[in-house]
Amino acid sequence: MSPPVLSCRGIRKVFGGQVVLDDLDLDVAEHEVVALIGASGSGKSTLLRCANLLEEIDDGTIALDGEHITDPRTDPDLVRRRIGIVFQAYNLFPHLRVLDNIALAPVRVHRRDRAEAEAQARELLARVGLAEKAGDYPDRLSGGQQQRVAIVRALVNSPRLLLLDEVTSALDPELVGEVLTMIRDLKADGMTMVLATHEMSFAREVADRVCFLDGGRIIEEGPPEQVLGEPTQPRTRQFLRRIIEAGRLQVG
Amino acid sequence: MSLLDHHPSPIARERAAYRKRQTVRSVLVAAASTGILGTLLVVAVTGSPGWERVRQSFLDPRIGREALPEILSGLWLNVRLLVFCALGALALGLVVAVLRTLRGPVFFPVRALAAGYTYTFRGLPLIIVIYVLTLGVPGLRLQGMPPVLVLGGIALVLTYGGYLAEVFRAGIESIHPSQLAAARSLGLTYRQTMRHVVLPQAVRRVAPPLLNDVVALQKDVGLVSLAGPIDAVRAAQIATAESFNYTPYILAGVLFVLLAVPLIAVTDWVTLRAARRQAAR
Ligand SMILES: Nc1ncnc2c1ncn2[C@@H]1O[C@H](COP(=O)(O)OP(=O)(O)OP(=O)(O)O)[C@@H](O)[C@H]1O
Ligand SMILES: [Mg+2]
Repeated sequence: MSPPVLSCRGIRKVFGGQVVLDDLDLDVAEHEVVALIGASGSGKSTLLRCANLLEEIDDGTIALDGEHITDPRTDPDLVRRRIGIVFQAYNLFPHLRVLDNIALAPVRVHRRDRAEAEAQARELLARVGLAEKAGDYPDRLSGGQQQRVAIVRALVNSPRLLLLDEVTSALDPELVGEVLTMIRDLKADGMTMVLATHEMSFAREVADRVCFLDGGRIIEEGPPEQVLGEPTQPRTRQFLRRIIEAGRLQVG
Repeated sequence: MSLLDHHPSPIARERAAYRKRQTVRSVLVAAASTGILGTLLVVAVTGSPGWERVRQSFLDPRIGREALPEILSGLWLNVRLLVFCALGALALGLVVAVLRTLRGPVFFPVRALAAGYTYTFRGLPLIIVIYVLTLGVPGLRLQGMPPVLVLGGIALVLTYGGYLAEVFRAGIESIHPSQLAAARSLGLTYRQTMRHVVLPQAVRRVAPPLLNDVVALQKDVGLVSLAGPIDAVRAAQIATAESFNYTPYILAGVLFVLLAVPLIAVTDWVTLRAARRQAAR
């Protein structure tokens, strides 16, 4: 059997005396979609940032396709080219047109021919219905459009693994749909993904497995129906009860 | 409905007409008040008891015409110095600012050197830098010493490079860390991130203060005349000493302002554009 695409073992991350991740284990198999849920501040974003080597872990190991990427001898720039990440706040480059945002990495990192990279970017944009926005600057786009561009930008490197950090939480409800459609399509294409989310309906719909983070660990995981429907841990139940009260999860 | 066959409602037309009337009114008021103020000023100055004396010693057309060629050739030196020193100082400032952002123990000496440079040259009066470079350095009697004019130019570049480095650094630090994270997550190296993501945004943001320093440099380039080369102000000084008449100074001053106008206009335009972009967010 081939190794998991992502394998985290005993991850520990401390921010100035505060233990955010504590001996955390997580494996993600090829084509699998894993949703991370948990209270605000439980370390979901931190885990994703660690996996992309944007944060240095204090203990444990992270392997990508069986290769230890947390080994100090690996080149983090090479690792990041194989992992795409999309942030809650899109983080598009405001001084570059949509097309140039997407073509930047192929041209500069992979030294691809500009015309060829732009053609690929246009094709990807067309697929998500944003062909006519190619020449616009990001601030002329709606939030949902910007987020879809950010996802396209992360995909252009053909990553092995896509990390999505609350990609819908800055969006109006009407705009959430267009981003979710895009992620469903990616899942259908077999993309391996880890996503942090507060939208339980989103987790239920796209995730193969839901992991509940609490106290720096995954204290409960399983298929969405089980974790969201019949949680066994008291902490998970308490969390979901609060979510239901806030109206973010339809019961049933 | 299409954009073209939209007919404005009576209310919209009334609003447009009102705005137009208001605009015409304000233009008229502005013209009238400017005219009155200008007339009063002219009457007050020309009617003053000492006006004849002042006009003779500050605004003598004959002396002005005689001094003009010398002042113009001095001004040409100012212009050339300005162009070279502005480009040199911008390049030096940018390099120093980037060096100061490097992290890691390997770069400690580079960082320390860059920081030491900005501290020193922002604190040191320009006149002293010019004297040290143009009088002190040639005293070393080294082979291949550049002419005094070049040494003076280097003094200007060193001093203004220090100011500009701080402006560039402020711009670099104003770029949100999430932009760096986004660039690095795409696999861009630190250098590529700086070159394609951070610096383009930073430079755009600080363009107005950068240009402002270039306008200030324009007035300071003449200080190289302390070391011998004759710039416009020095030429005016020589002409004044010959004729005992201050007209050459006034002439040089007017020429300086004329030279600065395009630069200042560009600065204002860039500032306005930056403010608009900011407001559009
Ligand atoms: N760079 C940092 N420096 C210091 N503390 C940090 C840093 N990044 C995160 N933290 C802390 O780590 C904890 C976990 O943060 P994280 O952003 O991972 O939570 P999260 O689960 O993503 O929360 P949310 O659902 O609100 O996004 C928080 O207490 C936060 O204050
Ligand atoms: Mg988060």
